[in-house]
Amino acid sequence: MTLSADGSRAGRSPRRGLSMRAGRRLWLAIFLAPAVVLFAAFVTYPILSALAYSLYSWEGIGRRGFAGLGNFIRLFTTFPYPRLLANAFGNNVIVFILTMLVQNLTGLGLALILARNPWGARAYRAIFFLPVTLSLVIVGFLWALFLNPVFGVVNKTMGIMGLGALARPWLGEPGIALITLTLINAWRWLGFPTIVFLAGINAVPEDYLEAARLDGASEWDVTRRIIFPLLAPAVTIIVILTFIGSFNWFELPYVVQGVSGAPNRATDVLGLLFYRTAFGEVDTGLQDIGVGSAIAVLMFIMLVTVSTVGAVFLRRREVEMG
Amino acid sequence: MSGRSRWMPLIQAILIANAVLVLAPMVFMGLSAFKTTREIFQHPLGLPAVWSLDNFSRVWVEARFARYIQNSVMVTAASLALILAFGAMAGYALGRFRFRGNDFLYLYFLSGLMLPIRLAIIPLFIQMRNLNLLDTLWSLILIYAASGLPSAIFILTGFFRTLPADLDSAARIDGAGEWTIFARVMLPLVRPALVIVTVYNLIPIWNDFFFPLVFIQSDHLKTLPLGMTAFFGQYYTDWATLFAGLTLAAIPVVALYVVLSQHFIRGLTAGAVKG
Repeated sequence: MTLSADGSRAGRSPRRGLSMRAGRRLWLAIFLAPAVVLFAAFVTYPILSALAYSLYSWEGIGRRGFAGLGNFIRLFTTFPYPRLLANAFGNNVIVFILTMLVQNLTGLGLALILARNPWGARAYRAIFFLPVTLSLVIVGFLWALFLNPVFGVVNKTMGIMGLGALARPWLGEPGIALITLTLINAWRWLGFPTIVFLAGINAVPEDYLEAARLDGASEWDVTRRIIFPLLAPAVTIIVILTFIGSFNWFELPYVVQGVSGAPNRATDVLGLLFYRTAFGEVDTGLQDIGVGSAIAVLMFIMLVTVSTVGAVFLRRREVEMG
Repeated sequence: MSGRSRWMPLIQAILIANAVLVLAPMVFMGLSAFKTTREIFQHPLGLPAVWSLDNFSRVWVEARFARYIQNSVMVTAASLALILAFGAMAGYALGRFRFRGNDFLYLYFLSGLMLPIRLAIIPLFIQMRNLNLLDTLWSLILIYAASGLPSAIFILTGFFRTLPADLDSAARIDGAGEWTIFARVMLPLVRPALVIVTVYNLIPIWNDFFFPLVFIQSDHLKTLPLGMTAFFGQYYTDWATLFAGLTLAAIPVVALYVVLSQHFIRGLTAGAVKG
């Protein structure tokens, strides 16, 4: 790293000469070095290595020869990988869509309500956000106990309410296990989109709303024609974060359903598949660091693309809005 | 607004229903922690017949929760100390000095905001093994500190930039050294940013399960989230103990949240909410 001649932004007399410039340079190095070294060693280097790993063949934890795209070809053509990949990817997509529909729409509704500043709004805000701070391990285990088919409080309560016929093993039935898991996740996260949307609504200038109301616009018109369009940046952020979150799913299915995504891989997602392929499957003993790295690279490309496109989209909207 | 009062009962009903949905599971968890397992099965919804702390003491001693919590505190505190110290130093250099490579370094750190570091777990595992750091708390501290730096540098550089330019020149004329200017003059002025950085990183680090799962083997080194899974495997039929464990695990964060909820809400949504 080299200093430009003008030195600090604060400015100083140019005559004080070289020794000071060298001293400044040394200080800058001292200030920057710890962060640069730590970040390079434990973020940049591992991520570049992860990309490189996918291009080699592996035996256990030992690297063998260069494999080109061999790992990717294996992932897409060699049993059982294509089926596992498609199943996990499909489950991630379902989680994303369901989260958008259930969690984020509910969050938007709650934000619209809270923005009207009802009695107790601050307290409600704090309560709704509380689960966001809880560990997903706690949340997962807690709901696993509640949803236990025999002893769980959910089915018991349904029985008391005369809904016993609807009681079922919520986490054990392949058709509904993933939906149940997504709802548990939504219970934990709901406060987050609520706060983001609420901040977006509160940022809408009060004059706009007043002017529209004076012109005789109904509350629904105000919401639809003024608030919703101005909420676009918040929506973009929530869509991006939901996408990243849905495709990074790991803790919740791991804790509640186990590393194989029980029942019968109905809750298997890319995060679990990646972990099993990298560190060894419990049931089959299958471990393949090459194929695991290929999965990581694909997820990496997908996530980085979405966040980049999202960021560019956001930036452009902001420019348009001035 | 005339429409306002008409809808208020409905609005309150919705808000109360959602508050109950959020709080009921936690209240139920807390109550069950005082019951016996038989009581949980027979009277799941009632109050405990006897308010006994037996479950908690079993969790604290037998299930090693004291140890797990201690490990979590150490890992979180050490990671945050590194993030704050190194992040502030780098943010100060990037925000206050013009030098060739400034923009490049800033963007270099910022790139880390988008990189999902968990996907590099295989190289990280091998790297930690080669450094003899596997199954140590240092493996966690280093990875949390490194991956926490981009957001810290982003937030702190922005804050340092907004401070007036004469501040450091005045201190320099007074003959203060570079380190004194940084630590005594500038750092106290960015305290609000340090709070945001702390909150933004505190909860994700405290709650992280993924890296301990991969790096930590020894039971006495497990952090709370990882220790919980061992605990659940061991006591899976003893629901009273399980609920006590869950309650105990939730208490530190919930207690902190009750005191600092506004900071938490602002800190955890920083990045998604402007201003």
